Amino acid sequence: MSDLSQTDPFSGERPKLSPFHPRLEVLNVRDTWSVWNGYKFADCYYDAEYEYFCIRNTCGTYDICPMQKYEISGPDAEAMVNRMVTRDVRKLGRNRVAYTVWCTDEGRIIDDGTVFKLASDRFMVVCGSSCVAWLRKASYGFSNVTVKDVSDELAALSLQGPTSCAVLKKMGLQGIENAKPFNIQHFPYHGDTLMVSRTGFTGELGYELWVKRDLALTMWDDVYAAGEDYGIQPYGETATDMARLEAGFIMPYVDFTEALKTVHFEHDQTPYELNLGWLVDLDKPHFSGKQALMEEKKNGPKWRLLRLEIDGNWPAYESNVYDSESCNQDIGYVTSAMWSPAVKSNIALAMVRSEFLDGEIWAEIYKSKDLRPYRRMSKCTIRKKPFWTAARARSTPPADF
Amino acid sequence: MTGYDTIVIGAGHNGLVCATYLAKTGQRVLLLEAADTVGGLAADREFHPGFHAPVAHTLSHFSSKVARDLDLQRHGFNPGSSELPLVGVGNGEPVVVHDGKISGVSAKDQRAYLDYHGLLCRFAAVLEPFWLKTMPRIGSNSIGEVMTFAKLGLDLRRLGKKDMGEFLRIAALPMRDLVDEHFDNEQLKAMLCWDGLIGSKMAPRSPNSAVLALLYRLSGEMHGGHAIPSGGVSSLVSSLMASAENAGVDIRVSSEVSRIRIDSDKERQRATGVHLANGESFAADRVVSAIDAQRTFVNLVGVEHLDIGFTNRIRRIRSDGYVGKLHLALNALPEFRGVDRPDGRIIITPNMDAIEFAFDDAKYGNASAEPVMEVVIPSAADSSLAPDRQHVLSAHVMYIPYKARDGWTGAARDEVRDRAIDTIVKYSNGLRDQIVASEFLTPADIEATYHVSGGHWHHGDFAMDQMLMMRPTYEAAQYNSPIAGLHLCSAACHPGGDLTGLAGHNAAKELLR
Repeated sequence: MSDLSQTDPFSGERPKLSPFHPRLEVLNVRDTWSVWNGYKFADCYYDAEYEYFCIRNTCGTYDICPMQKYEISGPDAEAMVNRMVTRDVRKLGRNRVAYTVWCTDEGRIIDDGTVFKLASDRFMVVCGSSCVAWLRKASYGFSNVTVKDVSDELAALSLQGPTSCAVLKKMGLQGIENAKPFNIQHFPYHGDTLMVSRTGFTGELGYELWVKRDLALTMWDDVYAAGEDYGIQPYGETATDMARLEAGFIMPYVDFTEALKTVHFEHDQTPYELNLGWLVDLDKPHFSGKQALMEEKKNGPKWRLLRLEIDGNWPAYESNVYDSESCNQDIGYVTSAMWSPAVKSNIALAMVRSEFLDGEIWAEIYKSKDLRPYRRMSKCTIRKKPFWTAARARSTPPADF
Repeated sequence: MTGYDTIVIGAGHNGLVCATYLAKTGQRVLLLEAADTVGGLAADREFHPGFHAPVAHTLSHFSSKVARDLDLQRHGFNPGSSELPLVGVGNGEPVVVHDGKISGVSAKDQRAYLDYHGLLCRFAAVLEPFWLKTMPRIGSNSIGEVMTFAKLGLDLRRLGKKDMGEFLRIAALPMRDLVDEHFDNEQLKAMLCWDGLIGSKMAPRSPNSAVLALLYRLSGEMHGGHAIPSGGVSSLVSSLMASAENAGVDIRVSSEVSRIRIDSDKERQRATGVHLANGESFAADRVVSAIDAQRTFVNLVGVEHLDIGFTNRIRRIRSDGYVGKLHLALNALPEFRGVDRPDGRIIITPNMDAIEFAFDDAKYGNASAEPVMEVVIPSAADSSLAPDRQHVLSAHVMYIPYKARDGWTGAARDEVRDRAIDTIVKYSNGLRDQIVASEFLTPADIEATYHVSGGHWHHGDFAMDQMLMMRPTYEAAQYNSPIAGLHLCSAACHPGGDLTGLAGHNAAKELLR
């Protein structure tokens, strides 16, 4: 590598390699890679559907090293984080995780992510794209807070699926079965600490494992040794996208655009538009965007993200949606769509203008058969609940295998 | 706790003006000042026993409407003194501009000056009503607010096609380009640049707002002339104070506000009073800040009460001062080579390059190696400012950076002071032996002494992106703020700095609507 970097004119532009890369590269049979936050990152390893079924039926690992991780510490850390995010982190217990969003002054979503409360004066914010500029802005004016980007120092691996808890138990993490959803546990690990949070992006029973970068491969090997009899398999972005859509989770740059990177006025979204009003605590002290969100709550959001079940079996990729089969009025657009193997149904998320929520919703779907385009209008039904849920995702301790 | 209708923070001249207007309508007004005297940068400063000078050493466009409304003349303010000659000294014969006439230049430049001054005065007259108005909100479509701009457009159109075109052409021109177009004499060009630049981080070649700053300063009855009222600039302060007290304003000095109290209900956050550094608290229906925006929001409100974007717009207001202040106590009236009597505003710089080079040093955090300055002998106009037959020399020295590259130390300050004195001595031979005492205030000193961020005279550069409805930033530009009951009335607001009273006036008008 060092020889290459001296002679390679593109050395500075090539993707960074995850600390798990030596293992990932062997397992990525199809050699399908893309890039996330500068890291080489697998779309799939063997077969996306197979990987998806591993998540649902056994367990899989997902490399989340490219996630951005920030440690926020100091006496003002809680006040600073609380002023930035929409939820009240004062209510968050130690070693607990909260999913939240943070907004511009106008109440538009900058990003979603998780806040880990590690101590009364130490938090970790984890999100999908770089947030360092916003965190710097958010910390201005607080005299006693330090924001540190630990993205490259920490290795993180998501382990999701019905057998995930059994794998960790076999790995020797005593008491892991007692971790409730959004709990954090710490385990002594090769002279350092292995942090495990019961979190994930699949709607499954699952955990995320956080360890110092140097211990990444050791941890990988321990997890895979323990997982051998539990159907462990690495999964990539495609399988993640399937699992998360069934669980009703939203994806940046698929279901919403980050406000600070949106070019056109109001092409970004608010928490209320994305059905994330439950994340907005208007009773807590001031936070960025609160006044705008109060207004929006009073007047109602202009758009709503809907969970749709769509007639037929053509996934409504990039469909426009209308108020009638005859496409009288364009009322919105599909953001995510798939045929759901778990629900056995044609599902989608769609942004629809609020004034059309009570009427009929029709998706205009195109499908290519042998390169010939076909068009179909399919009736949509709004689903209030996530398309798919599993009791095991919530039960503590989870069932053993 | 005593209840007031309004608490005004900071008894600078805008704070005094705003408080008085409010009190005149019967409001109970408390005016709190951190220093032990009112007046802010216009306050009298006895820098050596018997020797007085305020930081702001002359008056040019103090609002005559404010003076009238607040009856300042009756309270001891006499603005009627004659205009100070503007004297440029450098390499050759001094150039003097006085009462619209000019000497020391060619006949061609004399004629050009009349055209130039006439043109700028016409433009200044069009803009003048603008300085007394609340700026429209961005995105607002209310008829009244739109009319503010419509009226300006109409007035500009009335100038005629040629003048209007010329106005639009020169509005953002660097001072250097403007004066180069009109004049040959380098000394004249340099001294005419001065009033466009002073107080901001700008030099003759800087584009942006120097011409607009100049037009702002050409407004009013003096048309850009400066004067020292009898009793000195501090007589303005004492008359404002007398007028305030007469209106019933409760003025308390040595009362530094440490925090603005913010309460919130279901609807929004509201300013309900202030806490003082000495532990006292006062309640009021509203709080008006007459100090700079950064101190108001970051120090007194606290960022936890503000949105992140708003806070960072306040943070990035360019408010680093670049003007140092030299005070000399002299045992005699100094003489300047070629100048009959030093009773004017003496601009010491040979040409525009000298200003530019002085600025270049400061851009990188160094005090100018060869400073340029505006020297006034206030005691020549008002003998009460110094002991009998002795004198005060007061100089604005450019460019002295607020953030010195190696930090400000006593030794660094002394070095800059000596450099400034050496510069003056080049034009005033006997000066060095006349010095009884001296004082130099860097912008950092001005910040510490006068509680003004960056030691910036104007609470932020007078620059296009910090003017009008962007001053101090949108959502706080109509003498309002994102916090209910919290208002601004300082130079941080439209129309900006200098001793004008306009921000205080406009804020009071807005509050009384």
